Amino acid sequence: MSNVPADLHYARSHEWLRELPDGSVEIGISDHAQHALGDLVFVEAPAVGRKLKAGEACAVVESVKAASDVYSPVGGEVLAINDALVKAPELINQDPYGAGWIWRLRPDGAIAAAGLLDANTYSAVAEAG
Amino acid sequence: MSLDLCEALIYDYGCPGRGAHSQWPAAEAAPPAIPAALKRKQRAALPEVSELDALRHYTRLSQLNFSIDTHFYPLGSCTMKYNPRACNAAAMLPEFLGRHPLASARHSQGFLSCMYELQEMLQEVTGMQGVALTPMAGAHGEFAGVAMIRAYHRARGDLKRNEIIVPAAAHGTNPATATMCGCVAREVAVGADGDVDIQALRAAVGPQTAGIMLTNPSTLGVFERRIEEVAQIVHDAGGLLYYDGANLNAILGKVRPGDMGFDVIHMNLHKTFSTPHGGGGPGAGAVGVGPRLLPLLPQPIVTRTVEEGQPHYRWLDAHDLPLSIGRLAGFMGNAGVLLRAYVYMRMLGRAGMSRVGEFATLNSNYLHKRLQQAGFTAAYPQRRASHEFILTLKPQLQELGVSAMDVAKRLLDFGFHAPTTYFPQLVPECLLIEPTETESKETLDAFVAAMSEVLREAASTPEVLRTAPHRMPVRRLDDVRAARELDLAHRPAVLG
Amino acid sequence: MPFIPHTGPEVQQMLATIGVSDIDALFDEIPETLRVRSLERIPEGMNEQQVMQLMQERARQDGRPINFIGAGAYEHHIPSAVWSIITRGEFYSAYTPYQAEASQGTLQSIYEFQSMITALTGMEVANASMYDGATAVAESCLMAVRANRRSQSSRILLSRSVHPHYRAVVQAMTSNQSLKLEEQAIVRERGTTDAAALASLAGQDLTALVIQQPNFFGLLEDVDALCDWAHAQGAVVIAVVNPTSLALLKPPGQWGARGADIVVGDGQPLGCPLSSGGPYFGFMATRQEYVRQMPGRIVGRTVDLDGRPGFTLTLQAREQHIRRGKATSNICTNQGLLMMAGTIYMAMMGAVGLERVAAACMARTAELVAALTRLPGVRLGFNGARFHEAVLQFDRPVAPLLDALAAAGIEGGLDLAPWYPELGPALLVCATEMRSSADIATYAAALGKALATVRAA
Repeated sequence: MSNVPADLHYARSHEWLRELPDGSVEIGISDHAQHALGDLVFVEAPAVGRKLKAGEACAVVESVKAASDVYSPVGGEVLAINDALVKAPELINQDPYGAGWIWRLRPDGAIAAAGLLDANTYSAVAEAG
Repeated sequence: MSLDLCEALIYDYGCPGRGAHSQWPAAEAAPPAIPAALKRKQRAALPEVSELDALRHYTRLSQLNFSIDTHFYPLGSCTMKYNPRACNAAAMLPEFLGRHPLASARHSQGFLSCMYELQEMLQEVTGMQGVALTPMAGAHGEFAGVAMIRAYHRARGDLKRNEIIVPAAAHGTNPATATMCGCVAREVAVGADGDVDIQALRAAVGPQTAGIMLTNPSTLGVFERRIEEVAQIVHDAGGLLYYDGANLNAILGKVRPGDMGFDVIHMNLHKTFSTPHGGGGPGAGAVGVGPRLLPLLPQPIVTRTVEEGQPHYRWLDAHDLPLSIGRLAGFMGNAGVLLRAYVYMRMLGRAGMSRVGEFATLNSNYLHKRLQQAGFTAAYPQRRASHEFILTLKPQLQELGVSAMDVAKRLLDFGFHAPTTYFPQLVPECLLIEPTETESKETLDAFVAAMSEVLREAASTPEVLRTAPHRMPVRRLDDVRAARELDLAHRPAVLG
Repeated sequence: MPFIPHTGPEVQQMLATIGVSDIDALFDEIPETLRVRSLERIPEGMNEQQVMQLMQERARQDGRPINFIGAGAYEHHIPSAVWSIITRGEFYSAYTPYQAEASQGTLQSIYEFQSMITALTGMEVANASMYDGATAVAESCLMAVRANRRSQSSRILLSRSVHPHYRAVVQAMTSNQSLKLEEQAIVRERGTTDAAALASLAGQDLTALVIQQPNFFGLLEDVDALCDWAHAQGAVVIAVVNPTSLALLKPPGQWGARGADIVVGDGQPLGCPLSSGGPYFGFMATRQEYVRQMPGRIVGRTVDLDGRPGFTLTLQAREQHIRRGKATSNICTNQGLLMMAGTIYMAMMGAVGLERVAAACMARTAELVAALTRLPGVRLGFNGARFHEAVLQFDRPVAPLLDALAAAGIEGGLDLAPWYPELGPALLVCATEMRSSADIATYAAALGKALATVRAA
């Protein structure tokens, strides 16, 4: 049973989104996703300043057995990326919702209107595989 | 095999001033005339070793390998059959080795006659109307095939066709090839019996369909029984059929892709026609086509004319083939590999050709039956095995915590190369097993005995499997570390 | 039955185990209408003795002319040990090293190959080989589009001094993608890339510049200036090089201020016989930062469960069998056995031996040029610095002369007319370390005779 924190938003493609106090958001991949991928060996984050559309493939997470695209759950401009992942991609395995965040974004619109899932709904999606 | 086979790097045998001196030409009296700005300033850090040390090092390295010549190698989808030595000896005749690819027609008639006859024989055995020999591997042949499909639609002004349909169980190269050719791969489901889901196929085709890529027998090791219906559906939708020749060995001399309705095919000469795999190449991925794609074949192609009663062979190039998809190799592809395939086909001859399909299928069905009797679970027990078949270790994983990977690794300890693991991805915990026609019943029986022993160990001492192999030069390698802490080249101290 | 070990009784036992009466029953899932009736155009089989006689007869037809053709395939001495080792069954008949524990020989050899290629090219990482030089150039163009994130144009500049077959292959292998290939002019008098024509593109969005050194004519390009110019435009620099030449020429990793970004070439000169054009192997090296954009197999050094060093395929997530439609390329098989030949060749030659080979080739070609340009109606095409090939200009078409030379047992070079009509009658010649002064004298005498004959006609 994977960990699905109640205070986050989720996408069906297994990204999570956290609303930060300053109105920006933090994005990463779920515990379920990191577990399915296995030990991560490389993370490629989007360039700071890049404008993303909702659902756009903008990052890649690579394990020994798979390389997967990561999609932006909402549109917006990239504010920061997690530089620690360059040297330590395993942070995503160890702490997917904390130290393993991938990028921060200034969203174009309201998060509530983005059609994201809550923790319960996502848990069901993840369990269904 | 001893545990002490760890071999140092070639660099470790060197020291400054040492070298294989008898291999070097004499030093020139005058220094070469190269402008200072373009000169190399520091010698490349290559090994400095004696001839004997180099010979010994690479001979020892060779001894760390499994190969067909030393071990049974039932690697599914790879057709690891005996590579007759005569093929090598003939291709290594000095005239063939010394022939420059751009040599005059006068110094080419012997080589070109072999290539022409190879084209003819490949056409006959696949039921196609034209063959080009230049693609240098299966994936390269796939590229040629899909590029021809693209060019065919484009030449007809049918510009919207950019979808290539592939069954869910297809080789990874199929979707990768579609992408390289500017197409989009669209997967169709495979039914529980292993055949393509006809309803799903009907729903998938349309005016956007460029073609379908099929392996038959499929990657699931079974013959696509409704192939004629599949061909009809795709052709009716305006698409073309591509035959991935990975499994041609199963049906050689028994059924021809051309007769099944395929418009284009690539053949893996390094599988079906027994040229060596060489530790990962060279391959040869000749392509064959039906009438619709004939003018689009990649160049060059060998043609035969008769001049003053004598046959004369020459290359057809861009001038002769204006609609060709172009040139896919610096010269004419892996000529030496093509010569080996030619010799193999001449040795088999007409009767030998169909025996390949027959005995590959006999060995596969025998092993399929014996391994089920030994307690393994077949993925498609109700189907005839083709030249290969799939076992699933899902029950062993659930009950004993032993995976397909563990079984594969343990087999190495028994002196058998592992079958293909985790392909096709559709079948969980799978082993894809292809014995080929050149293995004897005794070898197959010995393999069954080893598999049975591994199965017993899975129940009694599963840890032995999980930590296997134990008798190889190295134990399981840390793939995660390999990818995280990339060490892709040795960096010796730079030479002066 | 060729290569099939079964005896009659064994077949019967096996059929009984399966539960069928004959082998044909195993094909009962194949529709009857599709069964092959006969294979008329396949001749009867032959045993080994017969087939060897046939092949010796075919080989005799090709003869053993004295070769002066280069143009991307070069006749060099190959140490006997090279092919004696690589045709050992353990290398010759092994598969791709997917089972690392049973393939350490192949894997370690690849690692050593990668090490030697990076040393020779002055780059950080290399892959386990490509099909050949031409396809390596095509793959490098596709890679440049992935690697150059700043460029949106997919414009690839290829000098007309790049091997014409390589340009044709790039065209064929990239035409279904969005690449825009643009041929760059050469200076007619010098035979090298026209820097002034390039300068007119300054400031535009360019993805990559492809530079061949030495170029197709054997001439040395001003690689430092070209490399710096391309980098100033934000373009990736693709270097196409002859590995033998790198013993003497500045490695691409040191071109200009920053060095080339992707280095490719044909490894044939390193231990592969001419063999009618293949099998050869392509090589590819790049910067560490682009390693994930590089196609093909890559081997890494790691440790096993006991902490002992070992080798394994790595970065496989980029490859077709995992990434499928999103793979960097569809390439899977490379040219493993030829890469082995290259590795052993480089180990035996070392930097000093390779230098000797390169210098000997330059000297023999200079000797050839001097001998041939003494003949009336033959002059040197381009005067610039060159490696081991040269263009000769004639006052009449080259083709009949080559015919006459071939009749005399000499392959006299490559007629450039089909590819470079603007040069007029021109011949590309090459003499490697394999050509003796006597060979060169034979060529000069035969050419003199052929010229006299056509002049008299």
